[in-house]
Amino acid sequence: MARLLDALRLQIGLTGTKEGCGEGECGACSVLLNGELVNSCLTPLAHADGTDIVTIEGVASDEQLHVVQQAFIQCGGAQCGICTPGMVLAAMSLLARTPQPTEADIRAGLAGNLCRCTGYMRIFESVLEACRHLPPKL
Amino acid sequence: MRTPLHRYELTACDSLQDALAALAADPSARPFAGGTDLMVLMDAGHLPPGRYIDLWKVRELRDIDVTAEAVTLGALTTYTEVLKAEILRREFPMLGIAAAETGGIATQNRGTIGGNIANASPAADTPPALVAYDAELELVSSRGVRRVAYEKFHTGYKKMDLAPGELIARVRLPRGRKGWRDYYRKVGTRKAQAISKVCFAAAADVADGRVRDLRVALGSVAPTVVRCTATETTVRGHAVDDAVVVKAQRALASEIEPIDDIRSTAAYRLRVAQNVLREFLTRIRA
Repeated sequence: MARLLDALRLQIGLTGTKEGCGEGECGACSVLLNGELVNSCLTPLAHADGTDIVTIEGVASDEQLHVVQQAFIQCGGAQCGICTPGMVLAAMSLLARTPQPTEADIRAGLAGNLCRCTGYMRIFESVLEACRHLPPKL
Repeated sequence: MRTPLHRYELTACDSLQDALAALAADPSARPFAGGTDLMVLMDAGHLPPGRYIDLWKVRELRDIDVTAEAVTLGALTTYTEVLKAEILRREFPMLGIAAAETGGIATQNRGTIGGNIANASPAADTPPALVAYDAELELVSSRGVRRVAYEKFHTGYKKMDLAPGELIARVRLPRGRKGWRDYYRKVGTRKAQAISKVCFAAAADVADGRVRDLRVALGSVAPTVVRCTATETTVRGHAVDDAVVVKAQRALASEIEPIDDIRSTAAYRLRVAQNVLREFLTRIRA
């Protein structure tokens, strides 16, 4: 038994995925597994076998930041930065399911991600800002 | 302090038959589903080292099956899948409300209904709804299949009517609830990511101003989820009025056993349970 989180950080060296609580409460270790948000601290490595994993390192394309990342910078959605990789991935997962979220949708979508700097309002604004720059769905 | 996880061995299974054979071959082995509870306990060293049978890829335990009589959820149905299922939203809405209040999205994507039942926390959010819906569990082992009423399944704190080698395979919800009105309320410290102080699920069949039948179930107020049959009796057959509400609240106090713990106090839990009961009865009042 091994945790997906440890494989990412210690074996592959992808340290963008953070460990906060280690028990599924804080969301700092969020990654996308086949497009679904999971806590990598609670995901056995065996469950990741054959899946498509996106960590924060895989969010920007070449030199271009993702619109969610850009919005976090623009709106001050990142403070100390520890929760930010998880917040960005949770926001991307939300926008994939709900491209035009209400504020309530955003609060529910990010409910599993804690920010101990407590900068939630800026984070919610960042997600709303990102929506304005998403390509319209056909 | 973290525990080396290599002390836990995860044996993958591709089919229910494989899983049952693995459980029969090693009586000490324990089932493992989405991991949202077990990984926490393992990491903290709160589970005995040894073999765990990984059910995650057992396809047969994942479907939601609909017949004229019942909706049956495979034990591996995740909270996210519960939320997506139109039939559950329409006929068993309290399950979706409970699912949406269980952890955040990441937990809902991996946590399963069978795992939630097997974890046997008295503070779990889905069990009161399952009791209110007269859910039945299908338990399977290499010896065969057995069905038990969910309200009888938990026999004490973290104790359940589950034999070695037996798995929770399915959760069956009887249909035909046309006209029943549901009421679900979880009370925690905050709206999200909180463990319940009181969790309440109830349903009533009201006709001509009288409550023909009802179910009242609570979590977090006893060693197991409790169906409050004495409370139900004070209401069944009556039109709800102030006197019925008072009697029901008194009956409720006689059949729950809230305690003081890290999350709340016995006095607060009793008060809130009675208040929430009153809210339910007020809602179903003609």
